[in-house]
Amino acid sequence: MFRAVFRLSAAGARSLARSRPCSSAPLASRCYSHGKVETEEEFDARWVTYFSKPDIDAWELRKGMNTLMCYDLVPEPKILDSALRACRRLNDLASAVRILEAVKDKAGPHKDIYPYLIQELKPTLTELGISTPEDLGIDKL
Amino acid sequence: MFGVAKIEHYTLPAYFDARDAPLPDIRYVQNLSPEQKSLKEKEMGPWAALSNEEKIALYRISFNQSFAEMNRTTPEWKTVFGALMALIGLTGLIVIWQRMYVYGPVPHTFDPEYKAKELQRMLDMRINPVQGISSKWDYENKQWKK
Repeated sequence: MFRAVFRLSAAGARSLARSRPCSSAPLASRCYSHGKVETEEEFDARWVTYFSKPDIDAWELRKGMNTLMCYDLVPEPKILDSALRACRRLNDLASAVRILEAVKDKAGPHKDIYPYLIQELKPTLTELGISTPEDLGIDKL
Repeated sequence: MFGVAKIEHYTLPAYFDARDAPLPDIRYVQNLSPEQKSLKEKEMGPWAALSNEEKIALYRISFNQSFAEMNRTTPEWKTVFGALMALIGLTGLIVIWQRMYVYGPVPHTFDPEYKAKELQRMLDMRINPVQGISSKWDYENKQWKK
């Protein structure tokens, strides 16, 4: 009885799905590697998943953050959000402040990144009671 | 507990301040004082209840230097530069002293007459006639080519 509905909706969904890629340009990818190129969204989602692990332990937090800070990028606010929540689960306020410091340092000469991150993270910081390094006065000597 | 082998301290994780590894392996302060222990207990509760001093104290338990302290520039380079220049100057004085009191007179091969004869001989031998010294000598008019 529902088969017809299924078939119809499946066809409808397929036509929808097929109409979308036509409008977007093909992704640029290198020809000398067979590995799948991870998109930025997948990268962000992977790290959010990593830090969102409910029973994340202190080593995993350290390892994840140190690895993330080795990349040539500044993490997205949503990754930092999940990392700060991981700090909360581990009752580690110092690491949360340290992560904010590291992100500021990571942004290097791009002075507009850090204020944007703080602006995006404001609800989380207020909710968890995390002070920024500026509030604590440890950003200056 | 760990068997017969003695655990050497250098085989255990160590504390390092590094910009590219913001979270070191271990806490900076390993043996907590009673106040620090009670502060750690308080950290289990809501963080909004902590004062700024307590937050900084917690930070200082975990970490030695903040990023600002890590990244600060020291005026040490002035000392290094000054000491380097002093040493080079001292070396110069030693060289001058050697020149005056250690070495004998300059060899006769450095005399201007000897150098002129040397040059004449090089030209007579047609040394480097294609692109070198003899190619620049005009043998007809006995002068350097213009």
